[in-house]
Amino acid sequence: MTSIEFAKNIRKTILQLVFKAKASHVGGALSMADLLAVLYNGTMNVKPENPEWEERDIFLLSKGHACTGVYATLALKGFFSMEELFTYSQNDSRLLSHTSHKVPGVELSTGSLGHAFSVGCGLALSFKRKKNNRKVFVMLSDGELDEGSNWEAILFAPHHGLNNLIAIVDYNKIQSFGTTTEVLNLEPLAKKFDAFGWNAIEIDGHNHEEIKAAFSKALSSEKPPVIIAHTVKGKGVDFMENELLWHYKSPSEEQLNEALKQIEA
Amino acid sequence: MRTAFVQQLIEEARKDHKVFLLTGDLGFSVLEPFANEFPERYINVGVAEQNMTGIAAGLAMDGWNVFTYSIANFPTLRCIEQIRYDVCYHNLNVKVVSVGAGYAYASLGASHHATEDIAMMRAIPNITVASPGDPTEARLVTTEFVKHNGPCYLRLGKAGEPKVHADDVSFTFGAGIEVRKGNGTAVLTCGAMLKYAADFLNENKSVFGLYSFPYIKPIDKKLLKKIAIEYNEFIVIEEHQLSGGFGSVILEAYNDLLQEGLINSFPKIRRIAIPDKFISVAGSQEHLRKLAGLTL
Repeated sequence: MTSIEFAKNIRKTILQLVFKAKASHVGGALSMADLLAVLYNGTMNVKPENPEWEERDIFLLSKGHACTGVYATLALKGFFSMEELFTYSQNDSRLLSHTSHKVPGVELSTGSLGHAFSVGCGLALSFKRKKNNRKVFVMLSDGELDEGSNWEAILFAPHHGLNNLIAIVDYNKIQSFGTTTEVLNLEPLAKKFDAFGWNAIEIDGHNHEEIKAAFSKALSSEKPPVIIAHTVKGKGVDFMENELLWHYKSPSEEQLNEALKQIEA
Repeated sequence: MRTAFVQQLIEEARKDHKVFLLTGDLGFSVLEPFANEFPERYINVGVAEQNMTGIAAGLAMDGWNVFTYSIANFPTLRCIEQIRYDVCYHNLNVKVVSVGAGYAYASLGASHHATEDIAMMRAIPNITVASPGDPTEARLVTTEFVKHNGPCYLRLGKAGEPKVHADDVSFTFGAGIEVRKGNGTAVLTCGAMLKYAADFLNENKSVFGLYSFPYIKPIDKKLLKKIAIEYNEFIVIEEHQLSGGFGSVILEAYNDLLQEGLINSFPKIRRIAIPDKFISVAGSQEHLRKLAGLTL
């Protein structure tokens, strides 16, 4: 399956999950679907049949509220069954509505923003100290870059030469109350990372060729790489795109069917 | 206690090659022997305790036995969410070490008074909490913490406290210590109030018993049950706020023992702790203890 087809399947599954659970945060899950599709379609070294394989690469979703994207990706890859996937958010399910490490393939529970970057630093540091070639990928939201803890990690990684830590910013430009420009301006973001000693790579986060090229560049970077992926919140469904409300709303049945139709087209 | 901890950690690190030490840019002239002997297992992360704790979690996920080190409230309250969520929720092998319990850094002001940490840290699931009373206790707890696989909090005094126990005292994980047997009343201490209480009882030729509890969580209920029969009254003294500290632990433990039918009546307990206030004048540790009413 191509990564583009895989991304379509991830998007459709995300929509079905949030519809069934009447959950929120669909916009930020859809915005990173293309990035996840490329990551789990050959970029990362993982074994779905053995989630704890000792030589695996690590993926940490720092924006834990967008967990449906990761759950959908992992289930579609075979880390756990589709049947279990659709227990999402039900009583007693392991699939909490913020990323849970009890789910096969999930390394770290997240939900409080600004945590996973530091944990990623620790893992990347450990791999370096053990002279191990494993990589750590951390997916961050734009809004969570307001958290000071992230900037502690951003200072730390270049100082310790952690070029095995690949940060990805899902830069969809919308946070809880409005645009990132309105709430707390991040710009110039790439220049900030560069000034901190990172190798900032800016791409269209929905163009699979650009995403693949960015990962390839990131994996041979001497400095810690950060992929600043310009994305669209709610990508793939016209009435969700760039709409703040889809940080909160879940689709009606009619909206779901229309959304699935648009993704398929 | 600080010196005893570092010396013991170095000894343990020679045997356990997974021991890794992180500091938040504190421990000047204390941590260098560790850093020099184990440069591959040491990092000064800078003045960044949230990041330090997250890094510790990441290192522990890959099998390291990680100690984070700083002073006063910095490695605890400053990053308590990282301790709760990254370390304790994932039940990772991270040990948080803070130097400067209570008013150890008295004249440095409220920023440096570690007087709410027991209450906050012990409320978090999965974590073990210890506040040793003298350098000997600090050494023994350090060894036990290196062996223990899971989150721990080690609340140390400062440097240069005199020993209270003989060198050959020994106790196991979670155990309290009978310092002296007595009659009628027993004084229960945690942390560096042990030395004050021991001196006070000796100077006043008191017949009171004295018990030190380096472990606050878990608390030694077996010892509490035993002394409930031997004494009529207890005085619990600690260098921490009244709310949620060691005295609260003792009240809760006796309540549980009563509920479980393991003791027949609730003992008479007087709690001496900081009465819900900050101290904002300069002074020695002894002076601030007096201002807070921490006297027998």
